[in-house]
Amino acid sequence: MPTVGVNRDLLFRALGRTYTDEEFDELCFEFGLELDEITSEKELISKEQGDSKASGASDVILYKIDVPANRYDLLCLEGLVRGLQVFKNKLDAPRYTRVSPVSGQPQRLIITKETAAVRPHAVAAVLRNITFTQERYDSFIELQEKLHQNICRKRSLVAIGTHDLDTISGPFTYTAKPPGDICFKPLNQTKEYTATQLMSLYKSDSHLKHYLHIIEDKPVYPIIYDSNGIVLSMPPIINGDHTKITLKTKNVFIECTATDLTKAKIVLDMMVTMFSQYCSKPFTESTENIAQLLTRMCLLSRATGVGDEIEVEIPPTRSDVIHACDIMEDAAIAYGFNNITRTTPRTYTVANQFPLNKLTELLRQDLAAAGFTEALNFALCSQEDIGDKLGKKISETRAVHISNPKTAEFQVARTTLLPGLLKTIAANRKMPLPLKLFEISDVVLKDDTKDVGARNSRRFCAVYYNKSPGFEVIHGLLDRAMQLLEVKSARGDGYHIQAADDSTFFPGRCAEVFVHGKSVGRLGVLHPDVINRFELTMPCSALEIDIEPFL
Amino acid sequence: MADTGVVEALLRLVEKADDGVDSVQVASRLGVDHQVVVGAVKSLQALGDVISADLCSSKHWELTEEGTEIAEQGSHEARVFSSIPLEGLVQSELMKLSFGKIGFSKAMSNKWIRVDKTHEGGPRIFRTVDSIVDQVQEKLLLLQKGSGSELEEKEKNELKKRKLLSEVTVKSYWITKGSSFSTTITKQETELTPEMMANGSWKEKKFKPYNFEAMGVAPDSGHLHPLMKVRTQFRQIFLEMGFTEMPTNNFIESSFWNFDSLFQPQQHPARDQHDTFFLSDPALAHEFPQEYLQRVKKVHSEGGFGSQGYKYDWKIEEAQKNILRTHTTAVSARMLYKLAQQKFTPVKYFSIDRVFRNETLDATHLAEFHQIEGVVADYGLTLGDLMGILHQFFTKLGLKKWVEVGNSGIFRPEMLLPMGLPEGVSVIAWGLSLERPTMIKYGINNIRELVGHKVNLQMVYDSPICRLDS
Repeated sequence: MPTVGVNRDLLFRALGRTYTDEEFDELCFEFGLELDEITSEKELISKEQGDSKASGASDVILYKIDVPANRYDLLCLEGLVRGLQVFKNKLDAPRYTRVSPVSGQPQRLIITKETAAVRPHAVAAVLRNITFTQERYDSFIELQEKLHQNICRKRSLVAIGTHDLDTISGPFTYTAKPPGDICFKPLNQTKEYTATQLMSLYKSDSHLKHYLHIIEDKPVYPIIYDSNGIVLSMPPIINGDHTKITLKTKNVFIECTATDLTKAKIVLDMMVTMFSQYCSKPFTESTENIAQLLTRMCLLSRATGVGDEIEVEIPPTRSDVIHACDIMEDAAIAYGFNNITRTTPRTYTVANQFPLNKLTELLRQDLAAAGFTEALNFALCSQEDIGDKLGKKISETRAVHISNPKTAEFQVARTTLLPGLLKTIAANRKMPLPLKLFEISDVVLKDDTKDVGARNSRRFCAVYYNKSPGFEVIHGLLDRAMQLLEVKSARGDGYHIQAADDSTFFPGRCAEVFVHGKSVGRLGVLHPDVINRFELTMPCSALEIDIEPFL
Repeated sequence: MADTGVVEALLRLVEKADDGVDSVQVASRLGVDHQVVVGAVKSLQALGDVISADLCSSKHWELTEEGTEIAEQGSHEARVFSSIPLEGLVQSELMKLSFGKIGFSKAMSNKWIRVDKTHEGGPRIFRTVDSIVDQVQEKLLLLQKGSGSELEEKEKNELKKRKLLSEVTVKSYWITKGSSFSTTITKQETELTPEMMANGSWKEKKFKPYNFEAMGVAPDSGHLHPLMKVRTQFRQIFLEMGFTEMPTNNFIESSFWNFDSLFQPQQHPARDQHDTFFLSDPALAHEFPQEYLQRVKKVHSEGGFGSQGYKYDWKIEEAQKNILRTHTTAVSARMLYKLAQQKFTPVKYFSIDRVFRNETLDATHLAEFHQIEGVVADYGLTLGDLMGILHQFFTKLGLKKWVEVGNSGIFRPEMLLPMGLPEGVSVIAWGLSLERPTMIKYGINNIRELVGHKVNLQMVYDSPICRLDS
């Protein structure tokens, strides 16, 4: 959920009244938003960088509001206010109209074919006779940043450039040239640079360095010129200094270059609709029941007169409305969820348990009754945990590997429950002995026969940690489990154990468990090296078997 | 039991004394160490009201080590006196003796000796009287015998100043007859034994009182994990409401089922590296229901089924990427697809299982947690039905207020129609995490104490049964 920070007092001024925090929280909830935090710039800096850095910062109260991810029209104060005003019937739902310039032709943006290699699409618009104040200007810049971070996917899909139209003259050309051929004075610099130079200049810029990769290695870089060769911008990196907007700017030229045309149009619509209210001719107009409800959500509607049909006009601010169900959602919000009558679905069904889970539930109870305590361990662990620490080779484990682990704790998915139980003992060393733990849960193994190439396997694992290893205790637990599962102690027909060699276990104290002739797992006294590697000091015996064969 | 001889002797002394006896006196009467008497007192007290013993402290004069030495050998000054022969003693010789220095000045002030400084061969000391009375030694002997009361306070304090005496606080007991006093100690039994039962001797025996204030012996038991206990309760609630359990034993899922089939667009932030765990091995899924996949591709990129779609280039490479599932809704999608391949019947499904998020970790967030999900598919389900079923579910849980515990909604047509579900069918669903209600119920603040190896085992041992509705 993206969060928008708005100045509370400005917000209330625009809404035309003040609210208590609770009242505003309530209003947000009704409309489908969440008031996440009430803070100030000072508090924010204090939290992130400490009190000393915060000393000069503003005390002005900020509301941090969570908006749904697909509501780009609510990402700035202007949009929020508009939405809420229309919802509360204080304002009619705006209709956005395109107007022609007073004299002459509309502006033209010519896109050349060279851009296809790097950033093929572009759209543009003009906001005429706009009046900026410092707050409006800040909001304008802030919205661009928000859109860049969200729908534009950090400028990789769409990049926005805004320019003072009166400093340039059309028609404008959007083309792409080799970096060495581009030379201009970028925003807030004092001299001209070539594009190649800019790439190295901005490598150390904490904000811009993250966007360089989008065009850096391309043979040509995108560039927009006016008819006199003045550079408007080099998307998606930086605008030219010449066209920068000030508080005195009256006409704004907005261009959006993109690799995704649909998103470029959405972004442009947002920029234009949000700030068109500050133009000398702001938007205008308005209509019953559902149609009325929808209109409160800025979705102008009227009944067509044909049966129950309603015609709904979707404004450019609502790029999230792509199906009639989205309209119904807004109708419900306008109606008020608390006003909807609760009913019970008449769906009659008889429930079934998933057999593997049913078996697990039954077994757990009786294993606890046998004196063992249940543990719950992580499914992700380090390679060492299932490899070296157990005296096994990781390559032989058929483990599933994670490609982007943040730490070693998330390198692989576990192939055995044993490391988790041993780590649990290590973390609870001070508890009285013996420690008797068990876990019945899934491990993950590679499996070519499954559509995703891996499957879960339900295992039962138990450990006994005490001054004496207690092999007979673990063996006894196995016998008890078999008894509970109605498997008799008999070779072939039931279960039996036989001596086995396993590097995880102490030589001569390891056995393999066979049920109906098939191996289901192992038990034994753990090898002292294994015990030490898990930072334990007492002897320990363990049992791990697959329980899926018992279904 | 203390030495029965002492105990019985003590009892006899108490019997004779009408007002009671002092334990210190008893000790000296019986010729035993005071602590032995204290031991006897304690044993008698354990038997009930045989005696009544009040603790009192008394002050007592005792000889110091030096004092004891003097009592034996005489005071320094007396020894000085006796070491001077008729012809006198050279002062320097006297000073060499251990008692010389102190004894000399004392003897001088007692006027028992005199010094002739002008004598040839050095200053010489002579007796001034023929005999002396060693009063200090006498006083000390008196005290040693226990007759210190014959001395005045002033005299005792003087000796204290000379460090020959010290005042000692002695804690003693004033012992009187108790309500069940008797000179014979009947031994008390602790337990009924089979022998007593066989020969009936239990009828004559006295039994030690049981301490009802103490705890009993904790039974040797195993324990279930609290999170699993809560899970069992949720499972129970779903089953009671007629929900069938989904097979969720697959942590690894393809992006197709986890995202695309749910109409979540590729390039959505949740699919980023920082929210999802991607796999390097096996990196890609290779089997999909092909016709369905094509319909999913179409609805994303072009629209259809009444929708405009997202209008972007849908890539199969993205959908093939294997991940650790971020929600169990991926399983719900598989189940709904399966349902759509046969004649439709209404269903209610649920699952409670592990999901994975590659997010920032803190006191209440881990990379793995358990998601609870409920799904209902039927013709004509409404928003009112969703709210109704949520209300029933949370009522069974015992949650009185609407708290922000989870999410709910109605699945979009862009998800259901490509699967092949009939048009009039609506599917409602809701979910919450298992960890949050568990932490609230068991009062745990840090999730790491509940889940994972850093669990607090004592908490697991002590956790009560899970009754959600209380």
